[in-house]
Amino acid sequence: MSLRPKPRIATVSLGGCFGCHMSLLDMDEQLFELLDQVELDRSPLTDIKTLAPCDIGLIEGGLCNAENVHLLQEFRVRCRILVAVGACAINGGLPAQRNTRRLGDCLREVYQFRPGLVHGQIPNDPELPLLLDQVRPLHEVVQVDYSLPGCPPSGEALRKFISDLLAGHPPRLTDGLLHYD
Amino acid sequence: MTAPFDPRPPTEHQFLLDGRPVPFTEGQTILQAARAAGLYIPSLCWDPRFAPHGSCKLCVVKAAGRHVSACATQAREGWEVESSTPEINDMRRGLLQMLFVSGEHFCPGCEKSGHCKLQALGYEFEMLGPRFPHFHPQRPVDASHPELVLDLTRCVLCELCVRASREVDHTDVFGVEGRGIHKRLVVNAPSGQLADTPIAATDLAARICPVGAILPKGRGFAVPIGERPYDRATIRAPIPGEEDTP
Ligand code: SF4
Ligand code: SF4
Ligand code: FES
Repeated sequence: MSLRPKPRIATVSLGGCFGCHMSLLDMDEQLFELLDQVELDRSPLTDIKTLAPCDIGLIEGGLCNAENVHLLQEFRVRCRILVAVGACAINGGLPAQRNTRRLGDCLREVYQFRPGLVHGQIPNDPELPLLLDQVRPLHEVVQVDYSLPGCPPSGEALRKFISDLLAGHPPRLTDGLLHYD
Repeated sequence: MTAPFDPRPPTEHQFLLDGRPVPFTEGQTILQAARAAGLYIPSLCWDPRFAPHGSCKLCVVKAAGRHVSACATQAREGWEVESSTPEINDMRRGLLQMLFVSGEHFCPGCEKSGHCKLQALGYEFEMLGPRFPHFHPQRPVDASHPELVLDLTRCVLCELCVRASREVDHTDVFGVEGRGIHKRLVVNAPSGQLADTPIAATDLAARICPVGAILPKGRGFAVPIGERPYDRATIRAPIPGEEDTP
């Protein structure tokens, strides 16, 4: 029996759709094998809200608002290896398709002028995180150690990537596991 | 010591590509000779039907101690050419990373995905992430034409459409304007719109784009994910039915 503590993994979805986290669940029974090898820290799968120092942080989604940026910075500080998971984390993805429009125009279009809206107004509750004028990928704000592309990456790609990291070698996606969509 | 037996006809020359002999005839480029011998050197802006363009640099090889474009460099007798080395493949990955951030390449939203040479080269050279900040070019989408869409945010400036419209279709629909970071593809009409040119969807210029910058209307995501050419094959293998794109 090894006395070394199990590697800790934290995961978070920033400006994403949770599709990458669904792919984690898509690992099916191999998820149990993974959970034998690691300890899950903060993650939508554990509902733990605080972040302990971790070995690997898996980040889904890009940066759409100020809260996304703060969370990403916290993950960078606490995680030894930070992985950008999925198209949105890597290049902004679908949310970044708003980058060619002005933010105010997007908000007005959706919350004020959309057909069928009665008394439309742009949400301004101070609890809401401040939107960034442009959606950004992770590597433009913090140092990212690895990227795992896909929209979402398949469960098998996630499994291969994480097991490579746990084995201590640079992750590779070969044999058709590498996809950008 | 006697010279080893050489089976080549006396006019034929050869060079070594990663240690393998490649025959060539006078005037052939390294890339032409390699492809003729069934050996792979990557390319994006090269097409056997046109003179080399030498812009993408993905065909970079090391010959006589220098980095050269294999598509634009004539082979020389006895050269020892390096192509598939970790150093050169790293350079190619860097070039791909530059091409990806210089445009908007959101593959899940692109109808070319699964058919795209740039994407397939990313797979071939195991490009996982972006490395550089995104350029986010502000360029228009031209949807004026009844059969075609031109999305210049995905253009890699290979000028294949320029060459095809000039040399094969004889319509001179496309050109290139500006220098350096301001360089961009332009449509040769006073309005600058594709609808005001003679281009048709059947023209080579409309079919040759290796990426998703020139796309036919009305096709959409016709082939399901998993069955598209580059879901199944690597860019090393020519894909039947996709001969129009180099
Ligand atoms: S042109 Fe190619 S690389 Fe760019 S978004 Fe489309 S499929 Fe992806
Ligand atoms: S539109 Fe396509 S074919 Fe024309 S220069 Fe751009 S990438 Fe090349
Ligand atoms: S193929 Fe040689 S530079 Fe593009």
